[in-house]
Amino acid sequence: MAERLGIYVCHCGSNIAGTVDVEEVARWAGTTIRDVVVSRDYKFMCSSLGQQMIEDDIGQQKLSRVVVAACSPHLHEKTFRRACANAELNPYLCQMVNLREHCSWVSTDKVAATAKAKALVYAAAERVKWQEPLEPMPVKVNPNTLVVGGGIAGIQATLELADAGYHVYLVERSPSIGGHMAQFDKTFPTLDCSACILTPKMSEVGQHENVTLLTYSELEEVSGSVGSFKVKIRKKARYVDEAACTGCGICMEKCPRRVIDHDFEAGLGYRKAIYTPFPQAVPRIPVIDVASCIWFDRGKCRACEKLCPTNAIALDQEDKIIELEVGNVILATGWQLFDSRKLPQFGCGRLPNVFTNMEFERLCNAAGPTNGKIVLRDGKTEPESVAILHCIGSRDVNHHEYCSAVCCMAALKFGHLVLEKTKAQVYSFYIDMRPNQKGYEEFYQRLLEEGMHFVRGKVAEVTDATRLPAERGKLIVQVEDTLLGRQRRIPVDMVVLMGAMEPQPDAKELGLKCGISCSMAGWYTERHPKLDPVATMTDGIFIAGVCQGPKDIPASVVQGAAAAARVQGMIAKGTVMIEPIVASINEDACSGCRICNNLCPFNAIEFDGEKKVSRVITALCKGCGTCVAACPAGVITGAHFNNRQILAEIGGALWDASPVLDDAPAGADEPADEEAESALSAG
Amino acid sequence: MSDNPTFEPKILGFCCNWCSYRAADLAGTARIKYPTNVRIIRVMCSGRIDPTFVLNAFALGADAVMIAGCHPGECHYVDQNYKAMRRYGMLKHTLRQMGIEEGRFRLVWASAAEGQQLAEAITQMVDEVRKLGPLAWAANWQENGQRLEALEAIVHEHAEAMEVLA
Amino acid sequence: MKYAYYPGCSLEVSSAAYDVSVRAVAELLMIDLVELDDWNCCGATEYFSQDELTACSVIARNLALVEPRLDQLIAPCAACYLNLKKTDRLMAEDAVLGARVNECLAAGGLSYQPGRVRVRHLLDVIHDDLGEAAIRDKVVRPLAGLRVAPYYGCQVVRPAADADSSEYPMKMDALFTWLGAEVVHYPVKAHCCGGHMTQLSESMAFELIRRLLQSAVESEADLILCMCPMCQLNMDAYQSRVNGFFQTNFRVPVVFFTQVCGLALGLEPARLGFGKEIVPAMPVLEAKLGAAPAASSR
Repeated sequence: MAERLGIYVCHCGSNIAGTVDVEEVARWAGTTIRDVVVSRDYKFMCSSLGQQMIEDDIGQQKLSRVVVAACSPHLHEKTFRRACANAELNPYLCQMVNLREHCSWVSTDKVAATAKAKALVYAAAERVKWQEPLEPMPVKVNPNTLVVGGGIAGIQATLELADAGYHVYLVERSPSIGGHMAQFDKTFPTLDCSACILTPKMSEVGQHENVTLLTYSELEEVSGSVGSFKVKIRKKARYVDEAACTGCGICMEKCPRRVIDHDFEAGLGYRKAIYTPFPQAVPRIPVIDVASCIWFDRGKCRACEKLCPTNAIALDQEDKIIELEVGNVILATGWQLFDSRKLPQFGCGRLPNVFTNMEFERLCNAAGPTNGKIVLRDGKTEPESVAILHCIGSRDVNHHEYCSAVCCMAALKFGHLVLEKTKAQVYSFYIDMRPNQKGYEEFYQRLLEEGMHFVRGKVAEVTDATRLPAERGKLIVQVEDTLLGRQRRIPVDMVVLMGAMEPQPDAKELGLKCGISCSMAGWYTERHPKLDPVATMTDGIFIAGVCQGPKDIPASVVQGAAAAARVQGMIAKGTVMIEPIVASINEDACSGCRICNNLCPFNAIEFDGEKKVSRVITALCKGCGTCVAACPAGVITGAHFNNRQILAEIGGALWDASPVLDDAPAGADEPADEEAESALSAG
Repeated sequence: MSDNPTFEPKILGFCCNWCSYRAADLAGTARIKYPTNVRIIRVMCSGRIDPTFVLNAFALGADAVMIAGCHPGECHYVDQNYKAMRRYGMLKHTLRQMGIEEGRFRLVWASAAEGQQLAEAITQMVDEVRKLGPLAWAANWQENGQRLEALEAIVHEHAEAMEVLA
Repeated sequence: MKYAYYPGCSLEVSSAAYDVSVRAVAELLMIDLVELDDWNCCGATEYFSQDELTACSVIARNLALVEPRLDQLIAPCAACYLNLKKTDRLMAEDAVLGARVNECLAAGGLSYQPGRVRVRHLLDVIHDDLGEAAIRDKVVRPLAGLRVAPYYGCQVVRPAADADSSEYPMKMDALFTWLGAEVVHYPVKAHCCGGHMTQLSESMAFELIRRLLQSAVESEADLILCMCPMCQLNMDAYQSRVNGFFQTNFRVPVVFFTQVCGLALGLEPARLGFGKEIVPAMPVLEAKLGAAPAASSR
C-alpha cells in the first residue's frame, strides 16, 4: 500500500520565503512527487498553529509520513516529531528539510535557491517513504554528577546539585578549589573582598555530605553516554595521607625549601616545596611539589615527615586511578592568562615595573606578597603614577580577536584601588570602555568622579628610552590620544597590562575526551549560542563559566547554576530517552567474518563464539554507521539511516539530473523486481 | 571541457551530523553566500558513507560528489573518519578507472566552527566542476565503445591489487 | 649552503665596509654567496614613490636573475631587502600586477614566478640557518668586555615581521651574546634613524639620530651595530652635525654588525673594512679587546 505524504514548506517569515519561492515549492511537490497527499506552505511551521496543522492533517488525511521543509533539524526536529507523536504518528516517520541554513540563507539567487529547495524536498520525500517507526530507548539516569573544575562556576554547580540531595564528584587539577577568583583582591563593582565571598562557598563544598572532593586530580577518560558515563580520574600523589593530615601547617612552616610561587602568587611571592596554594585552601591538606622538594631531588631532608605530629607524610604515595559512574558531566574548567611577553613592545618580563593584571591583583591583596601595598618591583617604593593598558592580547588580530569581557571593569577596579591606597595618578588607556552589566556604568561614573584619567588610544609602546629630562627614571607610555588627535608621551612609574583571558592549554584535548568540540577561538562550543549556552552537542556533557567564553563572576555563577538545573531535571525524571539510531546485525545472514568487530571504537560489537556471528550491544552503540558501511555482506542495518533510505534520498536529490546509464539502479522509485529488492533489503 | 556557458553542475554532498553539517548550518547563520549546486545529505558520521552511495550518485547523474567530515582526530565517534578516508582513497582509484576526473570527487574536513571554510571549499569545487563540464562518461563510452574495456580494466586492477607480493 | 647575493648600490661605494665584511664573514661561515650577474639598482625609496608597476618591474628583474638552482637571495642592505621582498609579495597578492610585471620582464627575455625566491637578510640566515651551536663553535676571539648596542632600524623588521619581531627584534642581540659580547639595553633598537629626512628636514632627522646616540650613551655602549647602510651613514656621518645642532659631544662609533662579527670569528680589522667609518672604531676596539688579532689561519 502506498504511503500518504504530507509536505509542509515553511516561510519562516521572510527568512526562507525571501529567497525561496515557497508557494511554488509546495505546489510543485504536490503535483510532482508521488504519494503526496497534502502539500502546504505556511508562515511559521514551528508555531503552535503550524504544528496543529500537521496534527490535524495526520488525523484527517490519514498521513503516514510527514516532511517539514524549514530550518535546520538541529533546531526543530524535536518540535515536529512531537507534533507527529501528538497525532499518534511515530515521530521517526517525520523528516525535516533544511531550507534555511543550507539554502535560503546562503544564496541571493532566487531561481537557483528554489531549484535547490525542490531537490532537497524531493530527497526528503523519497527518504521518508522508507523510514520506519522506531521507539526511543529509555536509559536510567545515574543521579551522581561529575563536575570538572573547582572555580566559582564549578563550585556553584556543585552546591546546587549537592543541596538538592544529589551526589557530586568535584575534580580540580590544583591542590585547592577556588580557581582564579581566589587570587583576586576585590570584585567589581561592589568591591567585595573576593576571598570573603568565595571562601564560604568553598567551605560548604569541602564539608558537604553530598560532595566527594577530588583535588590535585585530573579527568583521564570518559566513556558511555548520557545517564551512564564511566569516568576515570587520576588522583595525583600528594605525598600526604589525607586521612591523617589535620592541616596544622607545621610541615609548611619547617620546610627548608622555598621557591617562587608562579601559580597563585603570579611569580611575586614564595611558597615552600610542601604547600597549600593559599591559607584558606580547601582542602587544607598540603601537597609536595616534586620538582622543588629536596627529598625527591637528592634524597635528603624529610623534615616534614619528621615533624608531622600525625605521621601524615607519605613519601611513597603513588597516583591513583579512580573509576566512577555518573549520569552527567559538567565542565567548568575556566581559563588561563595570556602571556603578555608575546607583545614585547609593552616590556612585560623586560622592564621591571611592568606588571600583568594577575600580578597586580596579588599586590593589592591584603594576604599577598606585599600585604596589600601597591609598590614597585623593588618591594618598597610607592608609585606616583600608574598606567593601566587595556586589551593586551584581546581584540587583536595577531593574538585573540575576541574581547575578554572583564578587563575594562577590572581596570576601573584597579584604578579605584590605586586612588584609595596611594596618592598616585592613574591613567587608563582604552580602545572602548565596556561597562555593560548591572552597576557597571555607575562604577565607571564613580571613577570619573574620583579623578582617574582616561585616554582613548591603544598604546604603541612602553619604553624607558627617555627624551626629556623630566622623563628620567620613568616608564614612558607612548600613545595616540584619539580624542585629542595628538601623540602623547606620558611618563609613569608603573604599568599594568590587562592581559586577555584565554582557553586552558589542554581545553581541546579535554573536550575531545568528552566528545565536545571547541570554537575557532578555543572556547567550548555550546549547543546554541543564544538559547542554550550550557548544553553541548553531546547529551549529558555540560559547560559552565569562562570555558564557554570570557565572562564575569555573576555570569559564571549563573551558568554553573544553569548547568546544575539541567542535570537536576534529568535526575528528577529518572530516565532519559536515547535516540534509537543504532546498528543491528542480521544473525542469520552474518558469515562471522568479524570485519566489523574492530571498527567500533566503543566496543559495541561482540562475537558470539558459539553461533559464530557478530552481535551489536545496543546499549553501547552510538549509531555512527561505520560498521553498516563496512559489512561486506551488507547484513548490518543502521536504524533511521539504512541503505534504502539513503539511496532513496540520493535519488530524490538528483531528481532533475539525467541518469547516466539506461539501467540506472532504482533510486527514486521502488525496486522493480525481487532481485533488486533483496539486494537493497539488507543495510 | 565544458562548452556550455550556462552549465550548472549538480553536486551531491554528504555531511556528518556533528561537524560538517553544523559547519554548513553555521555558514547559513552567518549568511555566508556560496553556490547552490551542492545538495546536502545528512549522515551521522562520514564513516557511514558506503562506497555504493557515491557510485549511485554518479550513476543517477551527479556531476560531482563531496564528502565532508570532522577533522582527523576530532571525529565525534573517535576515529571513524579515518575509515572514511580509506574508503575515499579506494573510491578515487576506482573512479579514475571509470574515467571520472579528479575534481569530481572530493573529501573535505570541516569542524563545526568552520562555516567559512566549508563555504569556500564548496565554492572552489563548484568552480572546478563547472570547468570540467557535465559528467557524461557512459555517453562517452557508448560513443567510442570503450565501456567494456574500462570495466575489464577495473577487474584486472583489483585482481592485481589483491596479490600479495612475497 | 649556497645563496644568491644582491649587494646593492650602497655596498659598492659608500658602504663598502659592509660588503667587504659580509663577504669575509660569509666565507668563514661557509655561506656560499653567488652574486647576481648584472643586477640593477633597487631604487631605494625613489622608484616606488614614482610608479608601482615600473618599480616592481625593475626590482623584479633582479629576482628573475636568480639562477634556477638557487631559491634564496640575501640582500644585506635594508632598503634593498625591503624592496625585493615587497615586490615579490605584491606580485603574489595582485595577479594582475604580477602578469603585467612579467610582460615587462619578457621584453628583456626574463620572467619571475612570485614566491620562487625567498628574500633573506644575512642576520636571519646566520641566526636561523646556522644557529647558536655552529656560531659559538666558530668563535676564535670572544668579544668579552665589549658593550654593543644592536640597532635594527625599521626596514628589515617592518612591515613584514619574517626576519625578526617587528616590535622588539632580538636576533642581533642573540648573535652577539653567542660571540661573547655584552649586549646593552637598547630600547630604541627599532626606532627610525630618520632615513632620507637628512635631505628633507635636517632638524627632524638630527633629533631622531640624537635619540639613538643618546640611548647608546646612557647604556654605556662602546659602539652601535647596524644592518643598514642608511642607518650607518646617518648615525656616523651626521654625528658631528648632530653635535653641532644640539651642543652635544657624542663620539660613538657606528659600524656594521658583520664587521664586529668578523672580529669574533678571527678576521683582522683590515679585512673587515674598519677605518672607513668617520667616528673611528679602532680605538675602542683596541681598548676593549686588546691588540688586533694575528692573521687567522682559517
